[in-house]
Amino acid sequence: MLRLESVTKNYNHRRNRVKAMDDVSLEIAEGDFIAVVGASGSGKSTLLLVLGGMLSPSSGRVLLDDSSLYEMSAEGRAELRRDRIGFVFQTFNLVPYLTALENVQVPLLLSGMDDKTQIERATSLLERVGLGDRLDHKPAELSVGQQQRVALARMLANDPGVILADEPTGNLDPQTCDEVIDFLAELNSEGRTVVMVTHDPRVAKRAKRTLRLEAGAIFSEETEPNVA
Amino acid sequence: MKIRTLVWKEIFERKNQLVTSFLAIVLGITVIVAIKNITHYSELAVARELDALGANVLILPKSVTLQDYYTADMQNEDLPEQYVTQIAMSDVQGVDNLSPKLSVPVELGGKDFILTGILPKSEFAAKASWAGAGIFSHPIGCGAVVPGLNAQPNSETLVRNRVIDDLGPDETLVGADVAATTGLKEGDSLVLLGKTFAVTATLPQTGTIDDSRVFAHLHTVQEMTGKGAVVNAIEVIGCCVEISGGLIQKLNKLLPDAKVVTITQIVDTQVKTNQMLGRLSTIFLAIIVLVGGASIANYMYANVYERRREIGTLMALGAGSSIVLKIFLLKALMLGVAGGIGGYLIGTLLAVTMGPRFAGVPVLPMPFLAFWAVAISTLIALVASYFPARRAARLDPTTSLQEV
Repeated sequence: MLRLESVTKNYNHRRNRVKAMDDVSLEIAEGDFIAVVGASGSGKSTLLLVLGGMLSPSSGRVLLDDSSLYEMSAEGRAELRRDRIGFVFQTFNLVPYLTALENVQVPLLLSGMDDKTQIERATSLLERVGLGDRLDHKPAELSVGQQQRVALARMLANDPGVILADEPTGNLDPQTCDEVIDFLAELNSEGRTVVMVTHDPRVAKRAKRTLRLEAGAIFSEETEPNVA
Repeated sequence: MKIRTLVWKEIFERKNQLVTSFLAIVLGITVIVAIKNITHYSELAVARELDALGANVLILPKSVTLQDYYTADMQNEDLPEQYVTQIAMSDVQGVDNLSPKLSVPVELGGKDFILTGILPKSEFAAKASWAGAGIFSHPIGCGAVVPGLNAQPNSETLVRNRVIDDLGPDETLVGADVAATTGLKEGDSLVLLGKTFAVTATLPQTGTIDDSRVFAHLHTVQEMTGKGAVVNAIEVIGCCVEISGGLIQKLNKLLPDAKVVTITQIVDTQVKTNQMLGRLSTIFLAIIVLVGGASIANYMYANVYERRREIGTLMALGAGSSIVLKIFLLKALMLGVAGGIGGYLIGTLLAVTMGPRFAGVPVLPMPFLAFWAVAISTLIALVASYFPARRAARLDPTTSLQEV
């Protein structure tokens, strides 16, 4: 379970104090699928970063199960991200000079896995996302949709229980967008927790719960009856 | 995949940006290696030339001054020959040549000459007890002797260094003036103090008092004069580095009853020449460290800035600061090692081909410089990359997400 306890995050932007999260408390059960919506600057990505152990809050606590993320060392949080959290980025963030296979190998390398196991697992994940014939292609040699699928395979490398996706369909055409959402729903059905930031109401409808943020606070919360 | 694969692939992905820094380090090491290589052989050439000036350290009886020695070359005071053994068997480093001598006046064809007893090299080697320790277990020649570059005829070695390989008890070598005055030539015989000697060789003109000498075996001269196992002086060619490092004090301590003096002009010239060449290398090294280091640091900072999203992504995927630091330092290590090897190869090639043309000395490759080239290059690359690498390791991982 992911839990935010009275989390506040303040930034200093050109000498102005900006409140990105304002006393947010939230519980996300294991296996939940949450869409976070809101206008630009409402604090959606900040929420995702705080949940992923990448941005320490100004106050409050963030717990993954019973571990308080920001009471751990930086190295401890890195290990936790490596083993339990998978990130999906809007612009995929693939390493441009590595092939699809090598990109998926990166998290496995960070886990200390040997070469043979890395290759076997990465190949199997790329086959799962339908890119078994594109192992040796570099990102620039792949279509946008294929790049996002490589990123999804990489996210799954260490079999994370929590998936944090920042606008995963923001750069995709409608058909690929549907494929990616179908895939996230499939991962959720396997019992993984998914938290997804999106601007697209159609995509948000695929989640079990939708949180609307305004000025760094949860403005409303809806449960999708059809999905649950 | 290993971290080094990741680093290697990144280097080749952005090789154009790397070229300038790599060239800076390769050129820097090239210059250092070429200068060091040429300097080394120039020093040897200078040492050989200075060596021709003769001994730079004299061991004399306590009461004899350097002026006495030069004026008369003979004096009534003497030293035990055993001092030669003491020096040869001691652990004093830096004694290049030892030449004990005993001189007495002789008359030949109605003219006055000097009979000088010297000890041939074979006498040193023949003494088994000296073979395991002492002078012949030390490097002879202070590195000034380059195999294949320094072959000298026996008689010339005697003129220059008072060293000769073999000299029998009834054999003599006669100086140029003696030969000219008396008409003696190789194969003739002569009588000195009632003893008959064969002339083994006549020596070339030197323009010094040596031209008026007749050289014979030290022990023969000792026997003829009835003085026993004594010498007037021991001429020493000491390595100039060792002289400035305290050779004289060590000899004084070893032989408290003798006077050890340096012929300062010769030593000073040797030391100053070596210091000048040493300083030149140091100045170049400092320039290379600054230019090469600045170039690498600049490249690394730019590389970290350019890759901040990639670094943020790696952190989001679970890379800790230590892994990010390792990625950049490994890159610096690869750059340094490659730069060192490249610089050594090009520098050696330059030294060997250009050395004879510009410095007028034959230059051979020096393999041990490869170790220094790689070590210096790697050290420069690592030190210059440390702060950029640390900046990368401390980067905010949120840079991997666009909206922030």
